[in-house]
Amino acid sequence: MARTKELLRKNSMLIALIFIIVLFEIVINVRSGSYLITPMNITNLINQNSYVVILACGMLICILSGGNIDLSVGSQVVLIGALAGVFLIDMRMNVWLAIGLCLLAGIGLGAWQGFWIAYMRIPAFIVTLAGMMTFRGMAQLILGGFTKSPFREDFTRYFNSFLPGDRPEMRLPVALTAAGVICAVFIAAQIIGRVRKIRKKYDVEKVAVTAVRTAVVCAVAMGIAYMLGLDRGIPVILILLAAVVAAYSYYTKHTVPGRRLYAMGGNEKAAKLSGINTNRILFFAYTNMGFLSALAALVCVARFRAATPSAGMGFELDAIGACFIGGASAYGGIGTIYGAVIGAVFMGVLNIGMSIAGMDQYWQSTIKGIVLLTAVVFDIMSRKRKQAA
Amino acid sequence: MQGITKRFPGVTALNDVSLMVDEGEIHAVVGENGAGKSTLMNVLSGVFAHGSFEGEILFDGKKCVFHGIPDSERLGIVIIHQELALVPNMSIAENMFLGNERGVYFKLNWDETKKRAAEYMEMVGLRESPDTLIKDIGVGKQQLVEIAKALSKNVKLLILDEPTASLNEDDSQKLLKLLLEFKARGMTSILISHKLGEVSQVADHITIIRDGAVIETLDNKTDEVSEWRIIRGMVGREMTDRFPGREGNVGEVYFEVKDWTVFHPLYAGRKVCEDININVRRGEVVGISGLMGAGRTELAMSLFGKSYGSDITGKVFINGREVKLRNVSDAIAHKLAYVTEDRKGNGLVLSNPIRVNNTLASLENVSNFGVLDKDKEISVSKDINNKLGVKLSSIEQHVSNLSGGNQQKVLLTKWMLSEPEVLILDEPTRGIDVGAKYEIYRIINELVADDKAILMISSEMPELLGMCDRIYVMNEGRIVGEFTREEATSELIMASIIRSVNS
Repeated sequence: MARTKELLRKNSMLIALIFIIVLFEIVINVRSGSYLITPMNITNLINQNSYVVILACGMLICILSGGNIDLSVGSQVVLIGALAGVFLIDMRMNVWLAIGLCLLAGIGLGAWQGFWIAYMRIPAFIVTLAGMMTFRGMAQLILGGFTKSPFREDFTRYFNSFLPGDRPEMRLPVALTAAGVICAVFIAAQIIGRVRKIRKKYDVEKVAVTAVRTAVVCAVAMGIAYMLGLDRGIPVILILLAAVVAAYSYYTKHTVPGRRLYAMGGNEKAAKLSGINTNRILFFAYTNMGFLSALAALVCVARFRAATPSAGMGFELDAIGACFIGGASAYGGIGTIYGAVIGAVFMGVLNIGMSIAGMDQYWQSTIKGIVLLTAVVFDIMSRKRKQAA
Repeated sequence: MQGITKRFPGVTALNDVSLMVDEGEIHAVVGENGAGKSTLMNVLSGVFAHGSFEGEILFDGKKCVFHGIPDSERLGIVIIHQELALVPNMSIAENMFLGNERGVYFKLNWDETKKRAAEYMEMVGLRESPDTLIKDIGVGKQQLVEIAKALSKNVKLLILDEPTASLNEDDSQKLLKLLLEFKARGMTSILISHKLGEVSQVADHITIIRDGAVIETLDNKTDEVSEWRIIRGMVGREMTDRFPGREGNVGEVYFEVKDWTVFHPLYAGRKVCEDININVRRGEVVGISGLMGAGRTELAMSLFGKSYGSDITGKVFINGREVKLRNVSDAIAHKLAYVTEDRKGNGLVLSNPIRVNNTLASLENVSNFGVLDKDKEISVSKDINNKLGVKLSSIEQHVSNLSGGNQQKVLLTKWMLSEPEVLILDEPTRGIDVGAKYEIYRIINELVADDKAILMISSEMPELLGMCDRIYVMNEGRIVGEFTREEATSELIMASIIRSVNS
């Protein structure tokens, strides 16, 4: 019983996610006779929320370092987008050179803020608030108030195309094969891990638990692949997202700097007295945020084929919201990439579901706010109860 | 106060304490760190609410029930804590009437605030403008503001907890004179102090507290009050067999500090440690004794890669060679470890599992090229917790759920895994029960048997006498005495502290 409770608590956001998917499925069906889970909606969900997932990974690192947030993310996105416009549209630069320069510029913006936050210890809230205004202003100066478009196809295809592109009849087979490979790798990893643990005499979970989890993961992967195959194929952006999520998940879980990040967020004084250079960690967190903002900027301009002055508005709040809905602590030291991704998908489903259900925009915002507060309150209450027990 | 007993989880801080203070006298309360003086005063001033302790408080012949500080202040009992409770960025006048504001709720009367503040400032002889900010005046004057604030509350019984601890000689004398003036006007004061010279100078009665019980109350006029008598009263307790024995194993000098001087990181020009010269041999446990605020922790942290203080000068030698320890990583690389006194604040990451805390200072040993080897980490963690006898359900248990003694052990594992040669243990048994203490002592003995050099800071005299091969005595930032195991007694140590204060 206690174990079931623990399992439910750990996966509470996943359960909530499933709950709202079912809820929207019913509401939409009753109101308009259509469905939430359709091939087109799945593709749209991935495309529309790709930037949130990328930004949430960076934001989580900032939050983990001690509850710091980066308010300038949206402005970094619009500024890098404007730069991309200059490089690719005005200067007709080589695509890879332009991508490299944009990413470097993002790292520069992040390092600029990171320097003040980490080494001068100016509160992150203030530095990034200043960055929010400065970077958006600079973007307006570059764009002169106008939209730069269109971006060339040889650039957008790296972010906004589908595999396989030219042969529609191959979409379903390719998608299912890819999912099949992923499932095979996942199953193999589970088995190898289990065998190794048994050989080294570590505790292993029950076979049934592993089996159920493996079955669920494989079913979801195949289901999504089937949907994507019926629509336009595998979005290239999905591969990029998978790479980003895997890399940051590995960083936080399996590396020494990742461990130090959690330690710093949990107790900075203890971390310092354990010989950890906390300034460097903080500097990295914000520099990295700049890098991911630049990546998100490229994704956004590729998707709209344009760099607009109003791009990136409110992106920082989407990313922060995703992290907190995903169980990150506002005081730092607690949170996972997995949680942040679940949080981002949760927000995405909420957005897309409410749009299809035909809710007006003001209601959507109101409901999103309430959901965010509810998620965090729920998380903190359950944590408190655990301490009391 | 009659028959006061106050229990904290696991400790009885006060045991059937009775204290009688006459109207219009200055009553001194003396005792070692942790004897229960502050607890007693907190009971008297309502910090601990009625019902959380046993016994009665009688004031002016009437039984009192205090649910909080406001209740005791209404009767005119005001306590001034050792750490002053003033807001640095507010003016003297604002601070004086904080929580007791002049005017009505939605409109403060600034004219009256300032006028009244000036009156009380006059009474305590504080010549400043009421508009001066607290941060712009010295500690001595801040102390006067606290007293003026007490006067503004119509104080009848003033409790001062170590009022002169951070004052220089001049300011201290002024403060004592002020107390005598108040006494002449009929006010009653309770003075808690370590400075026996001051106590015998102004007090009418002196109550000695030790281990949560009153030893005796002396009358300064009729009894013959000697320093020795007070000191014996403060420290005299039976030594019992609470310490595991060990074979002598003392080797060459391994760690040496010369002419070490440290300045306060915020207040420029304030020396926290001055010309410290100490050494520790291999296989030796060296104690540092001293009162709270003597600068022991500051010394330890400044040695540990300058993690405290500014403008640090002096030299550190390890194994005869001078080393520069610029930061904590340097110190760890030179095989130093500092086990903090504040395990929750500075030592452990409470929200993380035991395993993570174990390896935090030695991640290089459980990783390859920056990638953690989880399997190795788990086995290292299991071994060390087993070796130290940490009671746990799993190494994935969060340290916040462990008892104090087990948390202390986890803190020790962190530093044992970093494979140090010199360990600085700062209050290694603070706040843990007797059984866990004994186990910590055993671990210390194992470490010195393994030729480690250990510097142990402790406020518990019996612990130092029972565990150390040598004891340095520190006071006001200086080393004021050094005793071998054979020479050392509580009386000698306390006497060297008190002499250094008086001189």
